Amino acid sequence: MQKKQSKIQGIAKIESLPIILVYLILMGVFIITAPRVFMGYRIYMSFLQTVPPLLVLALGLTFIISAGEMDLSFSAIIAFSGFVFCFVFRTYGTPWLAFVLALLSGALVGYINGLLVAVVGVPSIMATLAAQFFWNGLTILLSGGLSWNIKEIRPYFIHSLFVGRIAGIVPAQSVWGLGVAVFLWFILNRHTFGEHILFIGDNVDVARVMGVNVTATRIKLFVFMGIISAFAGILLTLEMINFWTTQGAGLLLPTIAAVFIGGTSIAGGYGTIVGSFFGAYIVGSLEAGVVASGIGGYWTRLVTGFVMGSSVALNIILNQEKEKGLVKHLRESVFLKGFNSTKK
Amino acid sequence: MAEKRNFKNAVIMENIEKYFGSTAALRGVNFEVGANEVVGLIGDNGAGKSTLIKIITGVFPPTRGKLFIRDKEVRLKDYNVKQAYKLGIEAVFQDKSLGEKQDLWRNFFIGRQITNRFGFINVREEKRIAQKIMLDMIGFRGVGVTAESKASKLSGGERQGIAIGRAMYFNADLIVLDEPTSALSLKEVNKVLNFVRKIKESGRACVYISHILSDVYEISDKFVVLDRGEVVATIKKNEITLRKLNEFLLKYAHGK
Repeated sequence: MQKKQSKIQGIAKIESLPIILVYLILMGVFIITAPRVFMGYRIYMSFLQTVPPLLVLALGLTFIISAGEMDLSFSAIIAFSGFVFCFVFRTYGTPWLAFVLALLSGALVGYINGLLVAVVGVPSIMATLAAQFFWNGLTILLSGGLSWNIKEIRPYFIHSLFVGRIAGIVPAQSVWGLGVAVFLWFILNRHTFGEHILFIGDNVDVARVMGVNVTATRIKLFVFMGIISAFAGILLTLEMINFWTTQGAGLLLPTIAAVFIGGTSIAGGYGTIVGSFFGAYIVGSLEAGVVASGIGGYWTRLVTGFVMGSSVALNIILNQEKEKGLVKHLRESVFLKGFNSTKK
Repeated sequence: MAEKRNFKNAVIMENIEKYFGSTAALRGVNFEVGANEVVGLIGDNGAGKSTLIKIITGVFPPTRGKLFIRDKEVRLKDYNVKQAYKLGIEAVFQDKSLGEKQDLWRNFFIGRQITNRFGFINVREEKRIAQKIMLDMIGFRGVGVTAESKASKLSGGERQGIAIGRAMYFNADLIVLDEPTSALSLKEVNKVLNFVRKIKESGRACVYISHILSDVYEISDKFVVLDRGEVVATIKKNEITLRKLNEFLLKYAHGK
């Protein structure tokens, strides 16, 4: 009996179990509502192709939000680094130089964000909002507002390495996304950088008096997010073999939604890579699922909002140790007790 | 029991000044803690007590002045919390000692994790040591708290216990306690005071800050009174009674 209980406790300890269940239920619902689409493997391959840029961004943003910060500039970094990638590739014909410079361009944007936040003291939501306009504007200026096709990159190794099809079906970017997730799980949960992020997000004064270099860690955090965003931008550009000035704009809110659906706390001090992983796949699957279910594309946003709201609420309710909050409220409310009980 | 220390003073401050912008927090402070001395640091709110101990513990550098740790002058440019750890200085801050949402084992080692050369934390070792400290040093038995509990689950006294246990484990020469008893029950206060006595017995030094004058009087060897950023008196315990000390302090009470 005791053994059985500890087994249950062990299962309950799995990181972000609620959100994994939400994901499975959602897939279950889609299998019922759109069996022809969701019983086949193609739809899943399509998710594995389209979700990874969103996933990589959500994983990076998990660190930012865990540290009690916000980043709104990553969508501009996707455009900017995508542009740098295409520009260098078209000018010099060397994809690896393009790759490295694109990552560096992301690091540069992140570094400037980091200086503004950690040294000057600008709240991150403002600094990165300004950065979003600035770097997107610069990208439009530099590219002349045009989209650039780079179909010449198809035969290069870099293309098959990042967005090729493994065994002819599995998109390589999904493996990269998974790899980044595993790596970042270890960085957040097992590395000093991650631990410092969590303490800064928890209580910056404690972090400081306990010997965490808060300024340096915050700068590193934004540089890290810049590189992560640039990597997502490269994945997107390679997959589309195209750069356009607004690429990434559509990823801003879904990425933030994915992190919150995953259960990372906006209060800082807690972040879950597993949650963000499934959060990204939930956000990335909703549109296709809703459309395939035959209720029409107009429903997508409504369903996303519903799933996000209920996931965040579910996470909070499940984390409440004692009975309080909603459960208690409901129990004591007129809905369950009836009107008579309040008349005492 | 008492270990031999090969230095005379744990800390000496000479003419320390600290400005925040144009506001002076400390002016011309001279402050001394002997190798085996308990110093009670007293003064009204805003007198500069916290600023003083944050300079000692390396949280921020002074604007001017000299700082000697274990009789050696430290280069203020390079002095920080990690340096202070290396020089055997530990601090227990009133409400800034633990990350609430973090596991206790993380709280024990934050700022000086046991890592491999790539910076990855040896979780098993940290947990093992944290568990050992909790059982052997602090006596957390059968209270349902383990190294994997979150700090937010602990009572005020248990929190101070963790912070103090951490300071003991790292074998400090000087332990700074900033209002360690302000949120505690009477029984827990006694535990903390016993701990300070243990510090003294084991040949270490302690700086103790508290509003509760009787506690400070009881355990300290020496009192340093701060007022608006200046040291206005340094009094040995045998030179004054608790009552006289109280009367003396009232002169410097600016509040209501």
